[in-house]
Amino acid sequence: MELTLWTYEGPPHVGAMRIATSMEGVHYVLHAPQGDTYADLLFTMIERRGRRPPVTYTTFQARDLGGDTAELVKRSIADAVSRFRPEAVLVGESCTAELIQDQPGALAAGMDLGGIPMVSLELPAYSKKENWGAAETFYQLVRGLLKDQLPPAGEARPSPGRWRQEGRRPRVNLLGPSLLGFRCRDDVAEITGLLERHGIEVAVVAPLGARPADLQRIPQADLNICLYPEVAGPACSWLQRSFGMPVVKTVPIGIGATTEFLREVHAVLEMELAEEQLHEDQSRLPWYSRSVDSTYLTGKRVFIFADATHAIAAARIASRELGFEVVGLGSYSREQAREVRAAAAELGLEALITDDYLAVEKAMAEAAPELVLGTQMERHSAKRLGIPCAVISSPLHVQDVPARRSPQMGWEGANVIFDSWVHPLMMGLEEHLIGMFRHDFEFVDGHRSHLGDSAPAPVSTEASVTGASPMPEADPAAAIAVAVAAWTADGEAELARIPFFVRGKVRRNTELFARERGLAQIDAEALYDAKAHFSR
Amino acid sequence: MGGSTVTPATPLASSPESPAADPASLIRENGQREVFCGLTSIVWLHRRMPDAFFLVVGSRTCAHLIQSAAGVMIFAEPRFGTAILGERDLAGLADANDELDRLVADLLERRPEIRTLFLVGSCPSEVIKLDLARAAERLTARLQGRVRVLNYSGSGIETTFTQGEDQALLALTPLLPASAPAERAQELLIVGTLADAVEDRLVTLFERMGIPVVHSLPPRRSTELPPVGPGSRVLLAQPFLSDTARALQRRGAQLIQAPFPYGVEGSRLWMEAAAKAFELDPERVATVLDPLVERGRKALEPHRQELAGRRLFLMPDSQMEIPLARFLSRECGMELVEVGTPYLDRQLMAAELELLPPGTQLSEGQDVERQLERLRAAQPDLVVCGLGLANPLEAEGIATKWSIELVFSPIHGCDQAGDLAELFARSLRRRARLHFN
Repeated sequence: MELTLWTYEGPPHVGAMRIATSMEGVHYVLHAPQGDTYADLLFTMIERRGRRPPVTYTTFQARDLGGDTAELVKRSIADAVSRFRPEAVLVGESCTAELIQDQPGALAAGMDLGGIPMVSLELPAYSKKENWGAAETFYQLVRGLLKDQLPPAGEARPSPGRWRQEGRRPRVNLLGPSLLGFRCRDDVAEITGLLERHGIEVAVVAPLGARPADLQRIPQADLNICLYPEVAGPACSWLQRSFGMPVVKTVPIGIGATTEFLREVHAVLEMELAEEQLHEDQSRLPWYSRSVDSTYLTGKRVFIFADATHAIAAARIASRELGFEVVGLGSYSREQAREVRAAAAELGLEALITDDYLAVEKAMAEAAPELVLGTQMERHSAKRLGIPCAVISSPLHVQDVPARRSPQMGWEGANVIFDSWVHPLMMGLEEHLIGMFRHDFEFVDGHRSHLGDSAPAPVSTEASVTGASPMPEADPAAAIAVAVAAWTADGEAELARIPFFVRGKVRRNTELFARERGLAQIDAEALYDAKAHFSR
Repeated sequence: MGGSTVTPATPLASSPESPAADPASLIRENGQREVFCGLTSIVWLHRRMPDAFFLVVGSRTCAHLIQSAAGVMIFAEPRFGTAILGERDLAGLADANDELDRLVADLLERRPEIRTLFLVGSCPSEVIKLDLARAAERLTARLQGRVRVLNYSGSGIETTFTQGEDQALLALTPLLPASAPAERAQELLIVGTLADAVEDRLVTLFERMGIPVVHSLPPRRSTELPPVGPGSRVLLAQPFLSDTARALQRRGAQLIQAPFPYGVEGSRLWMEAAAKAFELDPERVATVLDPLVERGRKALEPHRQELAGRRLFLMPDSQMEIPLARFLSRECGMELVEVGTPYLDRQLMAAELELLPPGTQLSEGQDVERQLERLRAAQPDLVVCGLGLANPLEAEGIATKWSIELVFSPIHGCDQAGDLAELFARSLRRRARLHFN
């Protein structure tokens, strides 16, 4: 038994719903009690879908338990098949139905479904979670729909370069994008376009938008691209084992990863990659990151927590492409914990693998970052700690399904990432500056209007006169501190030389330092000692 | 319970009642239900009683349901959580009890401000027959009165959506102190969660009418339970409290029969029924209520103009459908196409059913596909439904109002009648505003 106040992932049958709802022509019959229909709102509200998820719930109640719930399952399957006429049926159960052991899959297997392919799902609700359920469902569906096409054991694997002999363009599948995945809709468009520009055709995108018949075309491609290992990992491995289809596992998020991804795809397909197509002009991120304006990003302390795919990608971009210092890296994806640990080890960190958001918040507070890259929950935690945050991963909030195109992958994805990570930081910096300026004369009467002279003037003339004095006494906290440790004349003179916008902070830090050291006086030497003490 | 045929064993009203004007027809359905389970009530109950913690003993699905239904994750440490059963707990119930004790001890150590802990049963805990009543007794004894541990079931196999509140209040009723016989004549007990501001307002109005002491269940502090006893007068503020009402009657309380306080008319009849039970001077009551009614009608008028003549379809969801239908038809002039309700408690609804237009089509329970077929055939102007259906219906061109907002918004009383009507009118106004050509 485990106390959970909030959870990153739903139960595994919600993962199965993501697959069914992402696809066309698939219907999911779910043996579940009243109330489990709540999951519909994940799709209709968060994803703003204009269609109900293709799910029939048996909705059993307490009084059904004494009777024949198995009959209810069969009736629900028969009704769903005749009403929705699906091209494939998934049959499974939620946590409560698992306990009553009606085995809906076996019941469905004994029914005449008019030849519609049926896939029975066994998703252990008491040990597994949403992403596992999605991956297992996708794998079982692919496997079930391809069982008649399995090549005999020992048959030679098709060469990924066969497209040349067959006189056609190379073909790849994009596997993994699904509803409730982070920016999957836009990533598919971005990567399809990217591959098109390299003369590579995208054959099947699945599960997002695919029909069962599309899954049956998967082996016709030369290569599978595992865009989202959390969902497509097991299916891609099985396709590799059973059909000899190579897999590209590099997820193209960030400049380095996109470059590596293209190299890998070209190598597997036995194609030449023109280096000029990798030229960094493809994305603005490299230049924006080099431009002098970005100097202030140097060594910014960043804390990362997300699903494995986005956490690993974020760590690479943050440390290598933006020049941040990654001070924490973690994920709730236990299935990919090994990969996250490896990525953390490269940065000299120990990965935080947990699904307890309070443990994440604690680690975040201890790491004292200047920017958090996380899920919506980390956004809330960061807000409480007063740290700017950008959201980089599921679980989704309605805000994570923007109207505009906003991919994470490919060249444009890198542009989006630059903007969406740096803007909160700039706002954080602005707030910080405002905090410091507060004590300066321009801010004595609140913020100056950008309208300049035409704005109604605050009582500013007198303020600027006092402001001209080297030691404004506007800060009551400073006044108290002065009573503890007195500033000597040379200390004051040195302080006055410090630019006004950091003077307040230096004063406070120095006084804190003096207090800690028990100094009675603060002279120029104490000020420089304090500066050395606080500098990183 | 939770089924489509709830027939109370004991009559609710002590006085012989006139048979309600029976609706022409009632559709009873049993199929897929698009409703939340009773766990959802925790979302508003925990806000009402800030010194209580609601611990669901269930699965990841339960935890996910509550956070999805609430649509929030703003809590540093929310006052509700789920003890998620793992495979080990399923293998041995003895271990499960030990685990629960350990988890409760940890929780209470971290949250010393908690005075009442509700162990909330779920579908899985009910199916494996985890005895939460005994667990609550055991824990209460162990905690030696520092924290009171209660239990109820919010499981989907037994409760829908708002019935969770009924079960939570039912769990509190044995703890209500006996009222002092001398004071009983002065005390009114309002049952059902109200927004604090609305409650304050209603208490003031009852005082003006001549009822000096008004108690509430649930109270604002879980330890300040209202007294009850033979002859106590109870007024229900919400239409989904069947079991609590019956339990209070068993304590000797007298249930005041009235429509529910939605809209000007419903609120007036509700307050008048209380006044009558206290034998207050009708003139004094009228002096208090008349200005409210007049003001309420004025506030309603612009929304009435928007809603009048429009055709309304209510999907079964919050159990508030019948009183809302009464308000929207009688006070806002809407035409009722179908009024769905998760279950029909005829005795609790007697006063409401009498006020519905003759021949109103009621439906009890749900087979969502068939109901949607009826809905599409009828092409109503507005549908009241849950979050799973709203956007799909909008995409089909049918205006909707999500019902979950109704359990979070202050809608009770004459003063809120305009706001209540506005919630429905807004959907139609918004559609009229939008143009993309």
